[in-house]
Amino acid sequence: MYIYNQYDQQLVDERVAQYRGQTERYLAGEISDDQFLPLRLQNGLYIQRLAPMLRVAIPYGTFNSQQMRKLAHISRHYDKGYGHFSTRQNIQLNWPQLEEVPDILAELAEVQMHAIQTSGNCIRNTTTDQFAGAAADELEDPRPYCEIVRKWSTFHPEFAFLPRKFKIAFCASKADRAAIQMHDIGIEVVHNASGETGFRILVGGGLGRTPVIGTEIIEFLPKQHLITYLEAILRVYNQLGRRDNKYKARIKILVRAMGIDAFRDKVEQQWALLKDGPSTLTEEEFERSKSYFHSPEYIEVDDSDADLKLQQQALQDPGFGNWLKRNVDAHQAPGYAIVTLSLKTTGYAPGDISDVQMEAVADMAEQFSFGEIRASHQQNLVLAHVRKEQLFALWEQAKTFGFATPNINYLTDMICCPGGDFCALANAKSLPVADAIQRKFDDIDYMYDLGEIDLNISGCMNACGHHHIGHIGILGVDKKGKEFYQISLGGSQDRDASLGKILGPSFSQAEVPDVIEKILNTYISLRIDGESFLDTYRRAGLAPYKESVYAK
Amino acid sequence: MPSKIIKDGVIVDDQWLLLPQDTTDIPEGPIIVPLSLWESKKDILAGREALGVWLDSDEPPEHIASALENFDLVAINFPVFVDGRGFSYGRDLREKYHYQGEVRAIGEFIRDQLFFLQRCGFNAYALSGAELESALDTFKDFSDSYQAAIDQPEPYFRRH
Ligand code: SF4
Repeated sequence: MYIYNQYDQQLVDERVAQYRGQTERYLAGEISDDQFLPLRLQNGLYIQRLAPMLRVAIPYGTFNSQQMRKLAHISRHYDKGYGHFSTRQNIQLNWPQLEEVPDILAELAEVQMHAIQTSGNCIRNTTTDQFAGAAADELEDPRPYCEIVRKWSTFHPEFAFLPRKFKIAFCASKADRAAIQMHDIGIEVVHNASGETGFRILVGGGLGRTPVIGTEIIEFLPKQHLITYLEAILRVYNQLGRRDNKYKARIKILVRAMGIDAFRDKVEQQWALLKDGPSTLTEEEFERSKSYFHSPEYIEVDDSDADLKLQQQALQDPGFGNWLKRNVDAHQAPGYAIVTLSLKTTGYAPGDISDVQMEAVADMAEQFSFGEIRASHQQNLVLAHVRKEQLFALWEQAKTFGFATPNINYLTDMICCPGGDFCALANAKSLPVADAIQRKFDDIDYMYDLGEIDLNISGCMNACGHHHIGHIGILGVDKKGKEFYQISLGGSQDRDASLGKILGPSFSQAEVPDVIEKILNTYISLRIDGESFLDTYRRAGLAPYKESVYAK
Repeated sequence: MPSKIIKDGVIVDDQWLLLPQDTTDIPEGPIIVPLSLWESKKDILAGREALGVWLDSDEPPEHIASALENFDLVAINFPVFVDGRGFSYGRDLREKYHYQGEVRAIGEFIRDQLFFLQRCGFNAYALSGAELESALDTFKDFSDSYQAAIDQPEPYFRRH
């Protein structure tokens, strides 16, 4: 993974000092609330319903055991002993003291971490595939490019006060595990006919109040132009994006209003000024960035032997078999596998993790996966390089610490925002809904029979829980001061991305689990030959679901 | 307008008179005129000694691109400090239009933005309501930067 050089470290240290000064001036009454707001946001600090919330960056989702231990220490010492992994590969602390945040940031800086630009109207943490550098279906490791973008976007002097927040995501594999079509800029690493690396760039995707799937702005951008092209897009957006209405300020609205062709023309004009200039990337810089992401030192393993052994273990212990099938993915190196540690255990808020669990993950990563950890946008953790012969031992430890729920990509592996229990913007609570659904569908055979289903829950239109792109989406709405839930069907975040359609009038919290049950039963009655939930919905449409749910 | 401003890294007396948006009278002496006044009174203003123009946040520099030789100073207004369009305008003035005169930030920007403003081509700051002396420290918040910008045209990766 990326290791800071002296200069990276110095910048992060200087940032801590800067923010310490700003906090002191704020507490001394020298800066107003309004002025302090973007300063603290750009250091990850929100003021939430009950307390501040600090969002710590995990650049493109990769971190290590030492960093995880530091997070455990911080959550124990400065917070209430737990953290929450968000859908943007970040971790959030729910109870820090505003006065102590500079100290927390200083502690983070000791292990090369920070909270820079994790909120505010600036370029946010660049995200990518949680399996990057390990996935069997990968073209290249996208993280060297993410790191180049991280540097460029960190303290970018021109783009710290954009019309609205700005999110960039990369993918470099067959399956799109980073939902790049749902980002302000989505970047796919591609190769042209002569095998050269370049980028296919999408612009103007995003969820929120007006969900939009990104549109292609350039089919193949030769890789050396990455930064100048991004800079051109941002400069057009910074000047022309709407600032009069925060709900119309994202780049998706600008692209829609101008039309992609006119928008592209503007970008090309800007780009002409920057292209081939000093920000053009060099072969040397690519090599330097790549050198941090070399594959770990795999040992040679006989893959078919290892598989055979796993099959035997699975037969002997069906619990292990279930887990192996759901929580383990194919790796690019023979004899290795990718393990997803589920943070979706019934009784715990999705994405939540205690300090003790953090330390357990740190230990497991060291023992089984070269000390490296990933955070996924589905709010789970990943150990990306595990030897197959160690899977059984890993599984047993994972069970001890509550990470072995064999549900990855199944119904109870839901994405869920913190909602009304924590978030000041919420219309409704989301955590109790997730909990009620997990409890109702805790029969594992039933869940497996349903096949893979993405169920996503957001507490309001801001869509942090990605409800638009869940196969089943649940959205908290406010009806005359009461909390209600609107349900949508047919969203997808993969390559065939689609936005869910609203089923009909909303439901009370108590009704939601039964409604989900009716939807699932309708699916079971409609499916043909093991058809998936999404395929069945796409074939049969909304009508049969509507009928069964609203039948009197 | 404050009588002291920060210019080229030091605190100096300000000689310029900033004319508000709806001005019609044109006084003697060094003046910074709103874009609308420049556009309606070009014939009178052009060729005048010590002339500046100011742009509001919805007035990109392309409005004055062909007339830049008339101005010793271009000021960019920040009606609220979170309106970041001015950062791009500063860069455009320097990078796209190669403007060499003074580029001044005016309006509601705050001292915590000075470092970034300087990187975007500004060299003068009519900063209101702040201790100018301590504000000067802000330029030293960071010892270097990753990106190319006006103050450092080479990105970090080309220099190390
Ligand atoms: S979706 Fe709404 S309620 Fe949920 S975290 Fe985002 S802003 Fe808060």
